[in-house]
Amino acid sequence: MKLVQYLYGIADNALILGQRLGELCGHGPNLETDIAMTNISLDLLGQTRSYYQYAAQILGGDATEDTIAFLRSEREYKNVLLVEQPNTDFAYSIGRQFLFDVYHLLLLQELQLSQDETLSAIAKKCIKEVQYHTRFSSDWIKRLGDGTPESKERMQNAINDLWTFTDELFHQTEADQAMVSEGIGVDVTKLKDNYYQKINEILIESTLAIPEMKYFQKGGKHGIHTEHMGYLLADMQYMQRTFPNMTW
Amino acid sequence: MEANIAELEAEFERKIANDEKIEPKDWMPEKYRKTHIRQISQHAHSEIVGMLPEGNWITRAPSLRRKVALLAKVQDEAGHGLYLYSACETLGISREELYDQLHSGEAKYSSIFNYPTVTWADMGAIGWLVDGAAIINQVPLTATSYGPYARAMVRVCKEESFHQRQGFEIMLTLCNGTPEQKAMAQDALNRWWWPSMMMLGPTDAESVHTEQSMKWKLKRKTNDELRQQFVDQTVPQADLLGLTIPDPDLKWNEDRKSYDYGDMDWEEFWQVVKGHGPCNKVRMDARRNAWDKGKWVRDAAMAYAEKQDKLETA
Repeated sequence: MKLVQYLYGIADNALILGQRLGELCGHGPNLETDIAMTNISLDLLGQTRSYYQYAAQILGGDATEDTIAFLRSEREYKNVLLVEQPNTDFAYSIGRQFLFDVYHLLLLQELQLSQDETLSAIAKKCIKEVQYHTRFSSDWIKRLGDGTPESKERMQNAINDLWTFTDELFHQTEADQAMVSEGIGVDVTKLKDNYYQKINEILIESTLAIPEMKYFQKGGKHGIHTEHMGYLLADMQYMQRTFPNMTW
Repeated sequence: MEANIAELEAEFERKIANDEKIEPKDWMPEKYRKTHIRQISQHAHSEIVGMLPEGNWITRAPSLRRKVALLAKVQDEAGHGLYLYSACETLGISREELYDQLHSGEAKYSSIFNYPTVTWADMGAIGWLVDGAAIINQVPLTATSYGPYARAMVRVCKEESFHQRQGFEIMLTLCNGTPEQKAMAQDALNRWWWPSMMMLGPTDAESVHTEQSMKWKLKRKTNDELRQQFVDQTVPQADLLGLTIPDPDLKWNEDRKSYDYGDMDWEEFWQVVKGHGPCNKVRMDARRNAWDKGKWVRDAAMAYAEKQDKLETA
């Protein structure tokens, strides 16, 4: 069951970020951006399904991708705090995406080498999508950082506020450790230097300041979320909770 | 000069009569250009405003499969908007001007999107009925006289018929489900039936654009003919679902080989068209809000692109 927990640790990030991006569909700053953000949401939800289907297969019984997605309690979701942060404005949505994408790509590059064939296959499929996500969000960081004085200020504020959630990406849970020792999981602690180096390069190119921060927030990986999470789940789980045991 | 215009007109009329396409660089009467801007932009606006009622259920879709399908559908509508705005721009008007017309209320969009989506079954009913009625309106446009519009419509119609099947499949799943689910489906049909019927436009007697539009192949059938086609197509589908269409006067007419149907509430139709439907204000506020809040983003993208151009030419 450690493998299932490990899968949640990866897939819940994709689900919750996909859900957040889904909120924006139809409300983007222009049609092209609207379509692109929806694409990313679609990719992430597709990835979620691959991981959850695998988890459901391991769990057996009545478990399905939907029972995993919709019928857990808040404490059972293992996504990082970063991805559940709200769409405060376009700069926050892009900042959240960028800070996650760079990590996501590094993770998948290692995960494709997993001893677990299914996991390796999923990672290989996802990697192309996430390369595109990273390019999209990096380009927007540059546009907004080096665009107008207003966009620079907004982008800087978003990066400053979201920075506190970045360190958690590199925390190892027990499930992570167990999977690393079996050659299945990725040692995320080893991704950290590379991550900040890549992030900093883009921020500098975008004429943005790299936040200096000593204290970071964590908890999502252990199911202790920010107060935003409950509302996100209330929305997402509404149908399954109101009409239990039905086929849709 | 006059002789020249007469020649151009004759050439234009010849093309229309021979079913040849009018292309952006061809001469066209000013009225043709204006009518097409009006209709194509109205169509584009409908796609964009139409994203809102369905977008309302993306975060609450009941399964991952449905969530992905709904997102993809709403995204398709954004894509339709994009190619329709592009087609409209070939007539010499910018997208910004078209948005301004929408936001100021000068341009219209389909009234159907001024109704609220209150249950999940509405996602099924919209796909089945609203997209069904839209297809009936739109398929003839794949052969319309203005080239860019006709080509955009070929793509739009392909995707719309996929959406319609998807909507029907949502309804079918509900109707094969629990009594609660079936009641949800019936309730959605009750609420969406008449607004969908009204999508085919006012009755022929009250339709102001029909004659000219027929000539330019913007229309091939009258509103009432299209409405009859919609009824005849939809009734057997409702039977298949085991749902009842909320029209006590609906019955098969053996002589006409068609269904007779009851009178529509035209007062409601005009109320919604004139901007006083349940969601007119909410929809327009959402569009204006997205546009206004996105201004700094678009400005930044423009400023950045200009800086990059300067760097490249320096």
